[in-house]
Amino acid sequence: MGAAIETRPRAVIASQRLHDGFRTAVSVVASASPAILVLIILTLLQQAQPALHQFGVGFLWGSDWNPVTDSFGALPAIFGTIATSFIALVLAIPVGVAVALVLAEAGQTRIRGILGTGIELLAAIPSVVYGIWALYVLAPWIYLHIEVPISDHVTFIGWLGDPAVRGLFNAAIVLAVMILPTLSAISRDVIRAVPRGLKENAIALGATWWETNWRVILPSARAGIFGAVILALGRALGETIAVTMVIGNQYVIPHSIFQPAYTLASVIANEFNEATGTLYPAALVELGLVLILVTLVVNVFALILVRSTSREARLTS
Amino acid sequence: MNRNSRRRYSSRAWLGLMYALTLLALIPLGLVLWFTIAKGLPSVVHPQFFFNAELPPCEPRCPAVSDAGVGHAIAGTAIMVGLASLMAIPVGILGGIYLAEYSIARWASWVRLACDVLVGTPSIAIGLFVYAFLVVPFHHFSGYSGAVALAVLMLPIVARTTEGAVSLIPNGLRESGLALGLPRWRVSLQLIMPAAAPGVITGALLAVARAGGETAPLLFTAFGAHILVLDPNQAMQALPMTVFRYALLPYKSLQAQAWGAALVLIIMVLAVNLVSRWVLRRQIALAGSL
Repeated sequence: MGAAIETRPRAVIASQRLHDGFRTAVSVVASASPAILVLIILTLLQQAQPALHQFGVGFLWGSDWNPVTDSFGALPAIFGTIATSFIALVLAIPVGVAVALVLAEAGQTRIRGILGTGIELLAAIPSVVYGIWALYVLAPWIYLHIEVPISDHVTFIGWLGDPAVRGLFNAAIVLAVMILPTLSAISRDVIRAVPRGLKENAIALGATWWETNWRVILPSARAGIFGAVILALGRALGETIAVTMVIGNQYVIPHSIFQPAYTLASVIANEFNEATGTLYPAALVELGLVLILVTLVVNVFALILVRSTSREARLTS
Repeated sequence: MNRNSRRRYSSRAWLGLMYALTLLALIPLGLVLWFTIAKGLPSVVHPQFFFNAELPPCEPRCPAVSDAGVGHAIAGTAIMVGLASLMAIPVGILGGIYLAEYSIARWASWVRLACDVLVGTPSIAIGLFVYAFLVVPFHHFSGYSGAVALAVLMLPIVARTTEGAVSLIPNGLRESGLALGLPRWRVSLQLIMPAAAPGVITGALLAVARAGGETAPLLFTAFGAHILVLDPNQAMQALPMTVFRYALLPYKSLQAQAWGAALVLIIMVLAVNLVSRWVLRRQIALAGSL
């Protein structure tokens, strides 16, 4: 055959070209998000250069933080970040899963709607408002009614002693409140994605509401709920302002969970504007780099978990 | 009691426990709202609250009752969130259209992952990034850099909610447009977008509310100011920063201002959320009728 003869009308060709142009245009604009993400990491890497060069990997387990002698280590901040997030998760998981079950599987639509609105508003309250509330209302109350009694009665466990109004435990409680909406909203979606057939079979076999949920629905939503937990962990690790206001800001590994501590994010928030010289700001940026890389890994892992379960659910239903 | 009735009772008890835990989860919401209103209202009703800027530094002896207001912070928040919206909303909407209309493209799944990761990125890290990117080269803090930091925060939210709203639109509408010979870009922009508009607006509103309440990305970018600043090329104050700084000061009068500012923030955020829920309900009704 000879050269292909174009038989399509001119207008169609023109619109096709425009369509490809449109697709290219929107895909370029859409690339802004990945581009910014890469740019953030590269910029922080470059800004942290002096500290990376000076301290190497030892930065991660050094426990000094002394701008005068230019000696910096991240361990107390890493410890505070992990400890607050871990306690927050332990407190938030049972409540969050209960909320998810109620929102997905229990009661009337109307009641669920009201409860769901409440949980969403909990997510909408700005971090700094949680912070001021925690500082003036929650932390003093917890100090008087939880920390003091515990440390009075449990004298034989060292890390439950020496209560303070501002400390690691108070920060963890605020964090638990703040990550709860993330945890329960995503768990609810995952529970809803469990194939209806499974639930109906369980009910047909005579299972009660609780038996259906505990033995059938929760086990099949397990991976997705785990993903929701990990996603909430990512939020907890990076939360800055509310934690900064109640954790007490002491760059040490505390001997008791009630004592003041510090987290990666709050060290940066408090000290970056005052940091002078080259090594001090670079060390703070390196803390930020540690934080962002950890949250990146945690988030990607969680997203893969959540997506795999809901996709499976769609395929099997 | 036989075995079956024991099972029924135990199921009911567990259900009750689940409800109790849900109510426990909502207690903080009630407490935060109650204390913010109770402690913030006396400051907000003061006639100077929305106008006067912060008093000049008055340590060590600050007046017990000050005429300080948060007018400068409200103006700063409005300007920076406005500028951030101008940047983030159009880009986010186009990105969302790409994600929804070309969702099977390999690149789309990377963009989606990047958006979700960016939503979860600690906002303090975004502040550090914009500081290195816009504050260091220009040698001064500015409202513009604050706005860019907020825009980075808003962008993935707008993109993902736009994607969600567009994919709610039934394929029939898209196909009938194409069947009439409309090119893809006109189908996307002139047919799908109007139908998805309520959902897109909801996403934009939620992003605005989120940006309006953020403190951490502004600390090293907008920095803060004691006076009313309308030029975004200079350091600016914002409401959340006012709450953060005043709340930690040892002066009762400024702490009262912080509670007042927190109340203004909460009212703004709740209003936006309630409006957007209403818009979203209309969207779902509309999509159902198509």
